[in-house]
Parts: sequence; structure tokens; C-alpha cells
Amino acid sequence: MLNRTADSVARATPEPLARKVRGISDKGLAWLFISPTILLLLAINIFPLFWAIYLSFTNFRANRPNEVVKNLGLANYKRILADQDIWIAMQTTAHFVFWTILLQTLIGFTLAWLIDRKFRGHAFWTTIILVPMMLSPAVVGNFWRFLYEPQIGLFAYAVSFVTGIPATEISMLSNVSLAPWSIIIVDTWMWTPYVMLICLAGLRSIPEYIYEAAEVDRASNWRQFWSITLPMALPFIMLAVLFRGIENFKMFDMVNLLTGGGPGSTTEVASITLKRQAFESWRTGYSSAFAIILFVAVFGLANIYVKALNKVKQR
Amino acid sequence: MSLTSAHSVVAPSATSKRVAGTIIVAYALISIVPLLWIFATSFKTPPDSIAYPPKILFQPSVEGYCNLFTTRTRQTPEYINSLGPATGLCDETVRKRNMVIAGPSNFMPRFVNSLIIAFGSTFCAVFLGTLSAYGFSRFKVPLADDLLFFILSTRMMPPIAVAIPIYLMYRELGLSDTALGMILLYTAVNVSLAVWLLKGFIDEIPREYEEAAMIDGYTRLQAFWRTVLPQATTGIAATAIFCLIFAWNEYAFAALLTSGTAQTAPPFIPTIIGEGGQDWPAVAAGTTIFLVPILVFTILLRKQLLRGITFGAVRK
Repeated sequence: MLNRTADSVARATPEPLARKVRGISDKGLAWLFISPTILLLLAINIFPLFWAIYLSFTNFRANRPNEVVKNLGLANYKRILADQDIWIAMQTTAHFVFWTILLQTLIGFTLAWLIDRKFRGHAFWTTIILVPMMLSPAVVGNFWRFLYEPQIGLFAYAVSFVTGIPATEISMLSNVSLAPWSIIIVDTWMWTPYVMLICLAGLRSIPEYIYEAAEVDRASNWRQFWSITLPMALPFIMLAVLFRGIENFKMFDMVNLLTGGGPGSTTEVASITLKRQAFESWRTGYSSAFAIILFVAVFGLANIYVKALNKVKQR
Repeated sequence: MSLTSAHSVVAPSATSKRVAGTIIVAYALISIVPLLWIFATSFKTPPDSIAYPPKILFQPSVEGYCNLFTTRTRQTPEYINSLGPATGLCDETVRKRNMVIAGPSNFMPRFVNSLIIAFGSTFCAVFLGTLSAYGFSRFKVPLADDLLFFILSTRMMPPIAVAIPIYLMYRELGLSDTALGMILLYTAVNVSLAVWLLKGFIDEIPREYEEAAMIDGYTRLQAFWRTVLPQATTGIAATAIFCLIFAWNEYAFAALLTSGTAQTAPPFIPTIIGEGGQDWPAVAAGTTIFLVPILVFTILLRKQLLRGITFGAVRK
């Protein structure tokens, strides 16, 4: 450490003076530490956001940079809100978000509840279950295309083995009514462990003495589950729903590789529409307006939800 | 995970444990099948990979890996016979299909891009994140809660929405399709996670350590360097791995903002095609190589996993 002379000098110096002499003030240091992060976010996140807001009022097209940019006012926003395709995309997104969250919460909570029995080897099997959520949704989603192949794919084979339907007829990705479920299945497979892990933390946060008291009061297991386990784990379940909700609202990678929005536009979730408008039709202004609407929607919904979550927590 | 939560008096019965165990093991085994299938497919020959019914037992082959790393051209048998003996296993495998190795494929450069961009952005995000987290943890920063929320809110934007202006900005700045551009972007995305996670870790280190060090004559900076950082190593390492996994797995930005020189592996792997469609063994081989590092990290991280995936909101 420091040598003794420096040490004794430092001790002899009055504290505030010593700080000034020895370096920057705490306040200066605080800003020195925090400002690089804020600057980076301003440059890479906030500046582009404002640029997008500006573009959303124009007819700018990124593939024609030399064309005169016209100010359209709110025309883009009006067109989006009146656009049938956009509303269909929002419905597709809602369908996807609703079913993935419902399935993941039900399965995830059940798994967590079972793991909480602490059977032998539960730690090992928990780790195995957690693996899918750590992997790249794009790379794994791409491989699911192979598993979904009507005849040669493992998924079709397994389903036909169980149900007896010929494997050639199980074309998950090209059948209009099955395709929305194909992305729900992959997302549920991938992210159920995520919900499970958070629920498990919730279940483990419940103090044991509450169950002991319930046991003394001869509350049935059923009653204990509904009056203790579920209410006390609820803030955790809601947190998991929040995170999954935000993620799935902006879902892009897995769906883009698995179905690319197809067949037709049956799996075209909002992000895919956005990509098609921005990077295929090159309607930069129009798609910027849609991006802003999406961002405001996520932000607004998340804020309302967090308020509800805090209320549940306070109970 | 922790001992205190064991339900001693109200412990579940042996039967319920057995039933729970059976269901969990069954779920784990089913959910791991797609990954095992990727691994198995990577060692199949192309005909085996598309056989019906799907082959569970097969003659392993390195053809997928050979096809992943090379580009090949079709040649006449006479030409192949006129060549000398095959040099190496891949050469031999490829010749059986009347092909000759023409050169290396793009997989290796793409994989290296992934490494450079993932490690570069992780380093920057953790560096900036550690400083900011310490600032937020120890000093009275005006509007601290608002700033922290601002940092988090940048994570809520759909990546495509961010990609539109970034695409235009990078085009102006000459950062399109460069590793530097991707590193900057991933740093910005990851720094929010890093700040939130590291603030939690640093909050847990008692202030008394630094105060004691400062009374001993350290400046604030020295105290940070010599007492806080060493104690935060576990947290920093865990945060780094989370950032690394994100950057490694990221697809949306990479697919839209890179096309050649800076392209990473996730947008590249789906484009691997063979003759007459996707070369599934080669895709599986690429996927396997791509996934193995993450598998290792997941196992190393399993104790910190919960914290990482909830931005530090749940800490056990």
C-alpha cells in the first residue's frame, strides 16, 4: 500500500483541503464517470431518435438521397392510422404476444413450482432447461425451419408419430393457419425457461414461516397455493410478463428467419412490417413515423404496467 | 439455491418430489431435443440429413464441417482422377461427390467479425458501465433516477426503429458495414444493461471500505481502483458475459447494417446454401460452432443468470 510518510502527511492534512489537493472533487468525479455513457447514448440513441422524429414528418426515401425532401406535416401518421395493413400487423403482433405470454407464464410457473419441490438433481435439470434461452434466436430460429420441414423435419415426424396425421401434411411454415403457431411454438420453447427462472425466484422468496403458520391453521394445500404461493409470487410473474411483453412486442430476428412474415403476411408482426417498409420499399419517412408510433406504444404500455406492478408489490 | 428457503417442516412429500422430478426431467429432455438434433445433423451427410423418416442412427461424417469452411466446384470424374492423392480428410470427402475444394468460405471471416465485435463492444460497455455504475452508486447525482430510467428506456426501442436513423447516420459518417460502427452500436445497447447490473453489484459493496481507504490517504480515484474494483470482479465478470452473449447473438442490427466486410455470423449462417437448397449439415455445423461458447458461458453463469436477465431487478 502507500508508504508511511505519505500516510502520515495525509492524516495530518485537514480532510476537505486534502481532497482538493489530492485530486478532483467528488462531484467532478461523478460527472467524469457518468458523462461518457450519457454522451454515447445521446449520440447513438437519442440523436437518431430525434432524426427519426424529423424524418417522420417528411417524404424522405433513403434510396433517393438527392431528391428534394418535402415536409408532409402529420400526413404519414394519418396514413398509418388509416392503413389496413398496419392494423393487420398490429393484430398479428397482439396474437403473438398474447399466446406466447400466456403459454410461457403457465408452463414457466408450473415448471418453477415443480422445481421448487427440490427433488434430487433439480439443479442440474434446471440448468439443462435454461439452455435454449441463452442461444441466438436468429441462429436457432433458422434451424427450426429445418425441424418444421413437412416431410423430413423432426417436428413434423414427431407430430405425425403421435397423432397419426401423415407427415407430408404437417407444413407448419407454409400453411396459413399453422404459421402463426409455428412462431409461437419456437418462442415458447425458447423463453419459457426465462419465465420459469423468475418465477422460481419468486417462489423461493416466500418465507417458510408463512407455510408453517398455514399448516398450523390446517389450511389445505389448495388453499395454501391460492392464498400464499400465488399472491406472493405474483410480482415476480408480472415482472416476467413485462420483460417478455416488451421483447415480444418488438420481436424481429426469430420470425424474420423462420417465416419472414409469410406465408403472405400471416406472420408479419410489427417489426417485420417496419423492416419491409423501411428497407425494402424504402419509404423512410413513412416507416419512421411507424417506428415512433411503436416506440410510444411500448413505452406507454410499459409505464402503465409498471404502475400496476408497483401497486401489487405494495400490497 | 439458498439454504434458508428449504421448507423444513412443510417439506414436500417423497411422492410429490418424485412426480415433480419426472415431469421436469421429461420437459428438460424434450426441450433439449432440437439442440441435440442440430449437433447430430452437423455430422450427417446431406442425403442423410434429408432422409425420411429422420435418421437417428447414421454413419457420422465431417462433410458438413468441410462444406462450412470451404467453397467447392463440381468437376468431371476424369479431372478428379487426374489430380494427385487427396490431401486431408475434407479433400477426400468432397471428391466423393465429384467436387474439388476451390477455396475457403466466408464462414471464418464472419466468425472472426463476431469475435471482434462482441469482445470490442463488451469491453467498451463494461468499461463505461463500471464508471457510471460507480458514479450512480456512490455520489449524489442530480436527477439520478431519471437518468437511470433514461439509460434503461433506450433498450425498449424496437431494433428496426433504431436501425433506420442509424443506417442513415452511418452512411453519412462512413461507418456502414464497419466493425467500429457495430462496436459503437452494441456498446450503446449493452451499456444500459451494464450500468443497471453493475450498480446493483457495487451497491452491495460496503462504503466503509472506501471510506477507510480514503482516511488512510487514498484519493477517491485510488480508493475506487484499489478497493472497489477488486471486490466487484465477480459482478464485472458476470456483466461482461451477459454483454458478450447479447452482442454474440444479435441479429437485427447486424442483418440490416452489415452486408460484407463487417458481417457477423448470425446473418451469415442462414445464407449457407448448397446445390439445390439449404445445405443443412453445413448450417448445423456452423450453428454448433456458434453455440458452443454460449453453452459454456451459460453453465459458468448459472448462479448470476437471474440477475442478468432481469437487469438486476431480481437478485435471488
